[in-house]
Amino acid sequence: MNFLIEAFAWIGDPAHWSGDDGILTRSGQHVGFTLLTLALACAVALPVGLTIGHTGRGRGLGVAAAGALRALPTLGLLLLFALGMPLGPLPAVVALVVLALPPVLAGAYAGLESVDRATVDAARGVGMTGWQVLWRVEIPIALPLILGGVRSAALQVIATWTVAAILPVGGLGRYIFDALPLQQYDKMLAGSILVIALALLTDAIFALVQRLVVPKGVVAGVTAPVT
Amino acid sequence: MDWVLANSELLWRLALDHVALSAPPIVLGFALSLPIGWAANRYRFSRGALLSIAGILYAIPSLPLFFVMPLILGTRILDPANVVVALTIYAVALMVRTVADGLAATPGEVRRSATALGFSAWRRFWQVDLPLAGPVLLAGLRVVSVSTVSLVTVGAVIGVNSLGYLFLDGYYRFFPLEVAIGIVLTLVVALVFDGILVLAGRLLMPWARTSRAPGRRALATREAAAR
Repeated sequence: MNFLIEAFAWIGDPAHWSGDDGILTRSGQHVGFTLLTLALACAVALPVGLTIGHTGRGRGLGVAAAGALRALPTLGLLLLFALGMPLGPLPAVVALVVLALPPVLAGAYAGLESVDRATVDAARGVGMTGWQVLWRVEIPIALPLILGGVRSAALQVIATWTVAAILPVGGLGRYIFDALPLQQYDKMLAGSILVIALALLTDAIFALVQRLVVPKGVVAGVTAPVT
Repeated sequence: MDWVLANSELLWRLALDHVALSAPPIVLGFALSLPIGWAANRYRFSRGALLSIAGILYAIPSLPLFFVMPLILGTRILDPANVVVALTIYAVALMVRTVADGLAATPGEVRRSATALGFSAWRRFWQVDLPLAGPVLLAGLRVVSVSTVSLVTVGAVIGVNSLGYLFLDGYYRFFPLEVAIGIVLTLVVALVFDGILVLAGRLLMPWARTSRAPGRRALATREAAAR
């Protein structure tokens, strides 16, 4: 328990909040890189996932790709890229985009698949074009699930940016890797607590947004009914 | 290739270490998630509470959790037990929802028929609910297995040896081949585990072969919904 008190004392020390290695700067880097990675991953995976979900084509390929990417150990990927690329955040960004693709992809196609076929047929029946069905019917109804995929990716990226600090990149993982060789357990633990707090905060924000984006009139919610 | 042959003994030992670290969390996680998932499914209030807790636990990043474990367990910082317990927590967090949903999917008339035939609640769980949920549980367990095998490598950062050691060693020696071999061997371990699970599923649930695909599909949807 003493360690915990020391860790919170470390976090509470005003000297640890400012400067280039301060908590504010490090948190900002962590959040910034996470957003960048997520944006890149979404730019690739959302169109692909939505196409698979909308057309029903290439589903087997999508599932296989998502499964195979999931099995890749990120630490290995990260260090392999780091050896082949210049110093800096680039290898970490690439490795983390690869990591973030499967959940976003799976969320997108699973989301569209969850839309009741009768609803889609009805939309076509009133004369909507394929695009209109996608944008006005399928995506709004599937949005909680699509965001669920992004949420999952966001959490993994936050977790793995911490590990990525084994490379010379910023972020909250710096505290852990800077303190590790010096055996400063209070600093390691403080860094760990800060990352955990960031992850839980992100999770809570996504949970809230997922709840808010459910269109009015859609009762079929995010969780399975209790029997 | 020369390097592989010269170091085959090291590779074999690390692979065994990897298996020894990743098997207990998968087995323990499955065993623990059965009663918890059952309890979550049994009452409306416990479902919300237990599934929320599972979701929060799953949101905690792995490397920081490794550093927090000594506080809870009283272990040393570099103890392999930290990794095993942390990964067991993830396995439980992931499986509880799968178990709860799998059990919830038993049709009401089937349950009532079993009761009418004189099954006690205990016997009905083991002989009706659990076998019917089998394919869903298997699909969930395969996800747990893949992610556990991949996450064990992160333990190398805190000095817990697994195939992840090859990532760090290869990185510090500027030897990409070693990192790549580490990745390939990790994928092999994941594939072997997956094969064992699929085989066990076929032996234990010979009736389920045709329903395997929908089981996985349902899981993908729910997995996306859960996050």
